[in-house]
Amino acid sequence: MARTISTRRKVIVSAIAWLIGLTLFFPILWTFLTSFKTEGTAIAMPPRFLFFDWTLENYQTVQTRSNYFRHFSNSVITAVGSTIIGLIIAIPAAWAMAFSPTKRTKDVLLWMLSTKMLPAVGVLVPIYLIFRDLRLLDTHIGLIIVLTMINLPIIVWMLYTYFKEIPVDILEASRMDGASLRQEIIYVLTPMAIPGIASTMLLNIILAWNEAFWTLNLTTTRAAPLTAFIASYSSPEGLFWAKLSAASTLAIAPILIMGWFSQKQLVRGLTFGAVK
Amino acid sequence: MKLSSLVLGSCSLVVLAATAQAQSLTIATVNNGDMIRMQALSPQFTEETGIALDWVILEENILRQRVTTDIATQGGQYDIMTIGAYETPIWAAQGWLAPLDGLGGDYDIDDLLPAVRQALTVDGQLYAAPFYAESAMIMYRTDLFEQAGLDMPEAPTWDFIADAARQITDRDAEIYGICLRGRAGWGENMAFLTALANSYGARWFDMDWEPQFDSPEWNEALNLYVDLMTEAGPPGASSNGFNENLALFQQGRCGMWMDATVAASFVTNPDESEVADSVGYALFPTHNNFGNHGNWLWVWSLGIPASSQNADAAQQFLAWATSKDYLELVASQEGWANVPPGTRTSLYENPAYIEAAPFAGMTLDAMNSANTSNSSVQDVPYSGGQFVAIPEFQGIGTAVGQIFSAALAGQTSVDQALQQAQQITRMEMDRSGYYR
Repeated sequence: MARTISTRRKVIVSAIAWLIGLTLFFPILWTFLTSFKTEGTAIAMPPRFLFFDWTLENYQTVQTRSNYFRHFSNSVITAVGSTIIGLIIAIPAAWAMAFSPTKRTKDVLLWMLSTKMLPAVGVLVPIYLIFRDLRLLDTHIGLIIVLTMINLPIIVWMLYTYFKEIPVDILEASRMDGASLRQEIIYVLTPMAIPGIASTMLLNIILAWNEAFWTLNLTTTRAAPLTAFIASYSSPEGLFWAKLSAASTLAIAPILIMGWFSQKQLVRGLTFGAVK
Repeated sequence: MKLSSLVLGSCSLVVLAATAQAQSLTIATVNNGDMIRMQALSPQFTEETGIALDWVILEENILRQRVTTDIATQGGQYDIMTIGAYETPIWAAQGWLAPLDGLGGDYDIDDLLPAVRQALTVDGQLYAAPFYAESAMIMYRTDLFEQAGLDMPEAPTWDFIADAARQITDRDAEIYGICLRGRAGWGENMAFLTALANSYGARWFDMDWEPQFDSPEWNEALNLYVDLMTEAGPPGASSNGFNENLALFQQGRCGMWMDATVAASFVTNPDESEVADSVGYALFPTHNNFGNHGNWLWVWSLGIPASSQNADAAQQFLAWATSKDYLELVASQEGWANVPPGTRTSLYENPAYIEAAPFAGMTLDAMNSANTSNSSVQDVPYSGGQFVAIPEFQGIGTAVGQIFSAALAGQTSVDQALQQAQQITRMEMDRSGYYR
């Protein structure tokens, strides 16, 4: 029997949910509003919420001073590239762990996750030296490799949990029908795991897009993505909050819009298998 | 398959394009107004010399980490780096910077302000070219001082400042007597606190590199800071840095602000500042009869990593960007008030500049009073004014900065903070091998 939930309770829960949602969203909204202010209005006390002279001046300045589209395309190339390569490696890996586990599978999974526990700066110098010698500094390929590596444990883990939800019997049935391993993964497993794979892909693109340690430290000009674009508007001596906000808005807009459009898919994937 | 060949193909195209291009320089710098102006004017340099420029502009802390990694590993990603008075002597001693011996005959190196030149020179050789430089001074509201019947001396003492700050404070009107840095960091609150300590006769280390936070001088200085900020400072001061205080001062919330001299051109800019026409200046305060004005000196300068393949072209750019002609160029385009300050004697002898920049005289006095080779009234084994020019200082300074920021926020007492600072510093110095 379904539990009945009182209206009062519903209202309270909704109110709390809205409060949390708005609190989380407020910094982004504030950044967006600030990007349309002049530098003087941006620091005004008390802050102006909506009633100020809206201006596009900051966006113009940002566009003349730096090349947004170059940074944007660098972000797209590295985020999408690393996600595709990550999935190509992770799908077979997760398949193996989910459907033919050995007694070491759990250890391997934990070991993979443990690589995420080391602070990135701890390996900065060795990786920088390797990149220098392989001439990978400030290249798309170099960045794609690093982003793939750092996100791979998360992709494998996510896919592993999705695959575990798929009944082995179906795969066995396809094998009985004579499907090869390749056919089994492509025609049977993948279609059933599409929601999981899609949300993994989306999440990985977001993670790669927002990654701001390696993308800043391993690039200079040619491969510098949007993280470097934002960092160029923060000033130690001078108040450029409106311009910084315009740069931030431009940098997060594509991923935010993508997130909105794929929200349903993302939430479905993230909660997939959460209720048993 | 297709995708990878596409990616590989486009990469090799990029490489080919890079090698086919004429000489180009990669310049790393920060997003300060003067640097942005330099970037905007730089096409003129390219036009004159045919040398193309690639700009990498980063936030200060990211830039520092980024260029330190690159220069330490000889990554060779940059031809010109924006560095400060802290890095230059340390990096030059490591052999990481190329000596600047090709700036050309008309560069007039003797025109550089002596304190600035000294801060960038190692063993008689210049290792970075000063782009703009700053000391610290008091900026105060002449209208509020008048109202309170106070008269700011040109070289005030801390006792006077403390009294004045308390008198001016009017919490109901949200006017605070004094705004000072509180945010933790070696270049944030510790820059101010080290200068304050210098003026109080305190020092970071004695001649045996023993930390001195247990000295009465530090105790007196830190007590003054915490008491004064509690009674006459703005709320939440422990998270305020240069920009936050600048915003407060521009909105008319601060009676006094002590910070980098470069702030003077911001607070007197009527487009941004509500108090532009009522700002006065005075030297950084002193204590007792020490005559020590804190010895704050920071030079934003341009250096060339020893690993650069384009050192000659890079020196050409340095000579252009830090020359007298560049100052004239900025003046002709943006007015004299906007030229990068604090590097050349001739600028302070130029009547057009003195007229456009009412803060010029005080800036020069502040710069000239800064002694970075012996910053305290006691003997010190290190150089540097508002910092200690040893590689360990970034880490130690930030750790101590966090402790002092917590003391300002009221999370620890001043005595506890000093004790912790003493312990941490002693431990780090021991670990770095200073006592062996």
